[in-house]
Amino acid sequence: MSVAQASGGQPGTMERDSVKDQADSYVTDDGRTIGPTVMEMKNITLRFGGVEAIKDISFDIREGEIRAIIGPNGAGKSSMLNVISGFYVPQEGEVWYKGARRPPMKPFQVAQQGIARTFQNIALFEGMSVLDNVMTGRLTQMKSGLLAQSLWKGKAEREEIENREIAEKVIDFLEIQAIRKTPVARLPYGLKKRVELARALAAEPTILLLDEPMAGMNVEEKEDMSRFILDVNDEFGTTIALIEHDMGVVMDLSDRVVVMDYGRKIGDGSPHDVRNNQEVIDAYLGVAHE
Amino acid sequence: MPEQLAFTIEVFMNGLMAGVLYALVALGFVLIYKASGIFNYAQGVMALFAALTLVGIMDGQVPFSHLINAILGTEVHHFGWHVPAFLAILLTMVVMIVLAYCVQRFVFRYLVGQEPIILFMATIGLAYFLEGVGDLMWGSEIKTLDVGLPQGINVWIDEFTFEATGYGFFIDNLDIVASIVAAILVIGLVMFAQYTKQGRAMRAVADDHQAALSVGVSLNFIWILVWSLAGFVALVAGIMWGAKSGVQFSLSLIALKALPVLMLGGFTSIPGAIVGGLIIGVGEKLFEFLIGAPFLGGATENWFAYMLALVFLVFRPQGLFGEKIIERV
Repeated sequence: MSVAQASGGQPGTMERDSVKDQADSYVTDDGRTIGPTVMEMKNITLRFGGVEAIKDISFDIREGEIRAIIGPNGAGKSSMLNVISGFYVPQEGEVWYKGARRPPMKPFQVAQQGIARTFQNIALFEGMSVLDNVMTGRLTQMKSGLLAQSLWKGKAEREEIENREIAEKVIDFLEIQAIRKTPVARLPYGLKKRVELARALAAEPTILLLDEPMAGMNVEEKEDMSRFILDVNDEFGTTIALIEHDMGVVMDLSDRVVVMDYGRKIGDGSPHDVRNNQEVIDAYLGVAHE
Repeated sequence: MPEQLAFTIEVFMNGLMAGVLYALVALGFVLIYKASGIFNYAQGVMALFAALTLVGIMDGQVPFSHLINAILGTEVHHFGWHVPAFLAILLTMVVMIVLAYCVQRFVFRYLVGQEPIILFMATIGLAYFLEGVGDLMWGSEIKTLDVGLPQGINVWIDEFTFEATGYGFFIDNLDIVASIVAAILVIGLVMFAQYTKQGRAMRAVADDHQAALSVGVSLNFIWILVWSLAGFVALVAGIMWGAKSGVQFSLSLIALKALPVLMLGGFTSIPGAIVGGLIIGVGEKLFEFLIGAPFLGGATENWFAYMLALVFLVFRPQGLFGEKIIERV
């Protein structure tokens, strides 16, 4: 600490970074507690035929933090998110989750483990109402079996009511009460994105994965979405890993940033660190409209 | 009331009853088509197979007895016991669930994401395979199926209509039972889809595979569930048809009648299957009675349904209740 102050650089940042590397948990400037590592990617390599989409990348996600993955188009960001959520199985490397190595899994099993996600191109149940969509987010939390539901009406009913309450809470939180009963197919793009977030949130996930949550939105919608992401993290303490193109947004939102380029990791650290990383500037920020 | 009008009403009623049976088969198609996009050509054969199995179990027939006798030179045919209808139905349902599992495990698991036409071809193969297995297991002779459903003319309706109109309507008790069962089945299926966890998951899979995976739904499990449900519907249809006209291999041809039913009702709508079935049932009976028999030399029931379906394809290709096909550029 004294060294940092003596050098006259950025004391706050330096201090935080050094603490981060060592301690199990620390408190951010705005008072949120960031816990120990909840997920760790170790030397992940993903190939499609001869193309290496991800080359030997390692990084970790800590409990309660907002972790961003950024990079130019085709850098492999979405592929990385798909590896985390089980849609892609990497050829090499290990995924560690809650202190244990995760065996290769189907996406639905990953979801059952408490990792919820949204999609870049929105994957909602278009034929269902907003409420029904959000309720599907509760599927992983529902325990009653098929037989119990048909025979033991009371228990299943109680469960339905409990789940419904949580779904309504999420709907209130994301301010989509007005469209609860509207079929999703009729909603505009920005609202669809929010409904998708609601569905993921309804699962009360350990980690929430957001694939370009602000892609294609106007400034106002982006501001709304940023606010919701921060609120979710703040209110529920949800760990969030997100991919985003909009550099300004990422820098404001996230605690730590991974930068990818052509499938390689070229930077990892606080927004401040990343911003000053020469390789990152060359690959990405140099050409951004900052 | 003039005789002709009374006749017409009776034909109409009988058409409704026949329509219920078409609807039962169509229902099985809709279930699978909605959840997996597979048009299951084998649905009719599944009804036949279920009926064969039910009769076989009830009569204590030895499965594959012809095969066993041919290979081992033995003469086994019957276990010598009779299983009560209720238990036999339960056992048949178990067989249908095993069948559903096998179909998913050995056929469609390897065809995920293939073109619809390939899935369709697979179900044609499945239909012939199942027909062969049914033959090999239970023999090909016509069997009577009696699970204790009331049959014959409904005396009460006969007397009531006779007093009211001077002409006693002939309505078969079995048809009435079939209608009630079909109604219960549809209500049950709709409740299941709307209010249970698995039903919700089923609708999710029907809507979007990727999104369903992301909320923790196993596609494999849902597809086995859907094939089991279709097996259950096939069993109900098999019981009704079998009780009405005996369990025979022509039963699998009813499946073809379900096709125009689906074109009318829409491939994705459960109510559509019911309404479509009723329209076809009533339509072909009335057409035969009013136009076919007097003017066209009869036997119009064989082609009327298909003609009606063709007309529908021209004017409303998605059917009465189907999802409208909108192509955005």
